[in-house]
Amino acid sequence: MATKVSPKGLTRRQLLSRATVAGASFVVGTGFMAARNAAWATELTALKPTTFATLVQMARDIYPHDKIDDQYYVKAVKGYDTADMAEEIEAGIAALDAAARGKGNASYLDIGWEKDRVTILRGMEESPFFQKVRGGLVTGLYNQKAVWPVFGYEGESYSKGGYIDRGFDDIDWL
Amino acid sequence: MVAKFDLNDDSIVVIIGTGAGGGVLANELAQKGVKVVALEAGGRYLPEDYINDEWDSFGQLAWTEPRTTSGDWRVAKDFSGLPAWIVKAVGGTSIHWAGASLRFHEHEWKAKTHYGAVDGANLLDWPIDPAEMEPFYEKAEAKLGVTRTGDRPGLPGSNNYKVFEKGALALGYKDVSTGRMAINSVEYDGRNACQQTGFCFQGCKWGAKWSSAYTDIPRGEATGNLEVRDHVHAARILHDDKGRASGVEYFDKDGNLQMQKAKIVCVAGNSIESPRILLNSHSAMFPDGLANSSGQVGRNYMRHMTGSVYGVFDKPVRMWRGTTMAGIIRDESRHDPSRGFVGGYEFETLSLGLPFMAAFLDPGSWGREFTSALDSYENMAGMWIVGEDMPQETNRVTLNHAVTDAYGLPVANVNYTDHPNDVAMRNHAYAQGAAVYDAVGATRTLPTPPYPSTHNLGSNRMSENPRDGVVNKHGRAHDVPNLFISDGSQFTTSAAENPTLTIVALAIRQADHIAGEISKGNM
Repeated sequence: MATKVSPKGLTRRQLLSRATVAGASFVVGTGFMAARNAAWATELTALKPTTFATLVQMARDIYPHDKIDDQYYVKAVKGYDTADMAEEIEAGIAALDAAARGKGNASYLDIGWEKDRVTILRGMEESPFFQKVRGGLVTGLYNQKAVWPVFGYEGESYSKGGYIDRGFDDIDWL
Repeated sequence: MVAKFDLNDDSIVVIIGTGAGGGVLANELAQKGVKVVALEAGGRYLPEDYINDEWDSFGQLAWTEPRTTSGDWRVAKDFSGLPAWIVKAVGGTSIHWAGASLRFHEHEWKAKTHYGAVDGANLLDWPIDPAEMEPFYEKAEAKLGVTRTGDRPGLPGSNNYKVFEKGALALGYKDVSTGRMAINSVEYDGRNACQQTGFCFQGCKWGAKWSSAYTDIPRGEATGNLEVRDHVHAARILHDDKGRASGVEYFDKDGNLQMQKAKIVCVAGNSIESPRILLNSHSAMFPDGLANSSGQVGRNYMRHMTGSVYGVFDKPVRMWRGTTMAGIIRDESRHDPSRGFVGGYEFETLSLGLPFMAAFLDPGSWGREFTSALDSYENMAGMWIVGEDMPQETNRVTLNHAVTDAYGLPVANVNYTDHPNDVAMRNHAYAQGAAVYDAVGATRTLPTPPYPSTHNLGSNRMSENPRDGVVNKHGRAHDVPNLFISDGSQFTTSAAENPTLTIVALAIRQADHIAGEISKGNM
C-alpha cells in the first residue's frame, strides 16, 4: 500500500511515487504525520511515528474497506496516542512486529500482501491488545459520520421530514 | 394538576416502572380514581428529545447499569455486560419498541396442552382462557392505535418491505402484510401519522408510534391521581408482620434512601429488574426473596428465539428508510411439529443503521468476509426472526453478590442457554429467511445471531398452582396478596409474538381487577 512507512527507508515503489508526486502518503517528521495529498494530518504526542503507522495499517487490515481513505482509520485510532496508553500500544505493536519477524519479514509494515498480514493478526486475535484495537474500531471507525456516505447510509432524517416524500418506497428493480 | 403524595400515605398504589406495563397500569388506575405513585429509575424524554443517531440514542435511553451474564447464549460472550437492550426512562422500553402489535394465537395460551411434554422444558398453560383476553386486546389495540385493527388502515410498504413481500409471495407464503403496528398510518388520538423516518428504535420523534411516555403517563398525571417520581431507584419492597407488602424503599435523585408507604405494590421493572427487586427484598419471613415460596422467582426467563437474516442484492434497497418493522410474514407462526419443533415464529422486517450493523452483524468478526458485507450495506434487506422459546428452570435471573450497583445492591445475572427446540426453530427460520431473499435474487445472505434481548419474559410467571409460578391469573403474587407483577415477567410462556400488546392488555385487565378489589374492600 502506498501509505506504508518502512523503518528501512522508502521502498522502491515509494521512491518512484515520490519521484512522481513528490512524496509518500505519510510524511514522517518529528512527531508529525500527514497524507501527502493533505487529506489529513495528525500530530503525535506519545507514540512513535512508526508505531502509529503500524497501528493504522493494523486497523485497516482488521476492517479493510478499499473505499475508505486512511484519514478515517487514523482518526479511529488516534485516541491511543496518549501518555496513558503509549506503553500498552508500543508493546502491542512490538509484539506484532516480532510476530512478523518470526515469519521472515523485517516488520509488520514490510509485509506486502494483506493476507500475509492477516495471518499474523489471526495468530494474536485472542490477545487483549488485538481485542482492544478491534473493539475500539467498531465505534471508532463506523460511528464516524463522515464515513457513512461511503456506505450509502444517510444518517439523521427527522430534520428533513423523514423519507415519506424522499424515497422510502422508491425501489425500482423488483 | 400533577399529584404530590406524602411518603407516609399508606393509601397509595406504588408502581415500580413506567413502561408498557407500569405506565399503562398507572394511567388506568388513575383514571379510575386510584391514587398512584410510580417510581422510575430513568429521566423524562419526549419526542423532541429523541435522537436520530444510534449510539447517541443508546447513550441517552439504554439501561447500561451493571448486569452479568452466563450460559451458552452468544450474547454472554459478545456482550457480557449487556444481556438486554432495554430503556431506562419514563415510558421505559415503550420508547424503544418497534410497534409490532400481534395478539397471541389461541394455542399459545395453552402451550403445555398443545405441545405436550417437551424434555428439559418447564412448559405450563397460562391460567387465562384466550376468550377472556378478547375485550382487553380490543381495548389495547384502540389505546395503541394498532393498524389493521378497528378501522385503522395499514402502513404503506417501504423498500425493505417490498423486497421481503416479493420474496415471501414467491416462496408461497400467504399471510404477508405491513403488519399490525402501533404506529399511526393516519393521525390518531392526537398523535401524528408516520413520516417514514426510520429510527423507530431510537424513540419516535413524531410521536407516531405509541409510547406510554407521551400518552398514558401525562394522561394519568392530568387526573391528579398519579405522581411519577423519576430518577429514583427502587431497592426493595418491605412487608409487615402479616406478610403483606407495606412500602417500597428507593434511592432518590440524590442517592438518599426513602420509603414510600403503600396499600398495594405493583412491580413492572422488566423481566430482569423485577425478579431482582423481589430477590433483593428477602427478609427473615421471606429468606429466599419476596413471593418466592415456590422458588420460581427469576426462573423460566425467556427472551424469544430470535435471529436476523440480511440479504445482499446487486442493486440498492436502502432498508433504513421508513418504518423499521412494518412488515410481517405469519405463515410460520403456526404450531406444526412436522417442522421439527413445537411452537412457531414470525418474520418481521428489520433494519439497523450502519453503526449498529457494524456492532451486531457478526460480533467479534473481522476481515474481508465481514467488511465486504458492510460494503454492500446500501444493497441490503433485513428481517428479524421472533419465535416462541421454551421456558427452562435453569434459564434464570439470580443475584450476583460479587457485583454491586452504584447503591451497593447485588446486580442481576442473566443465565440463558438455548433449548434444542429453540435451536431447531432458529435453523429452520434461517433457512426459510434466506430462501425469501434468494427468491428475489439475493447474491448473499447473512444469518445473524441474536442481539441483546429486547423481549425479556417469564421470570415471575403466572400459574394456576402456586407451586409452579409466582403470580396468579391477575398477576397477583400467590404468596403476598397485595403484591402484583405488571410487566412481561408474568408471562407463563413466550408465544411467538412481540409481547408489548399483550403486556398492555394484561395491564388494562389488571387495573380492572385491582380497582375492583379496592372497591370491594378486599385490599
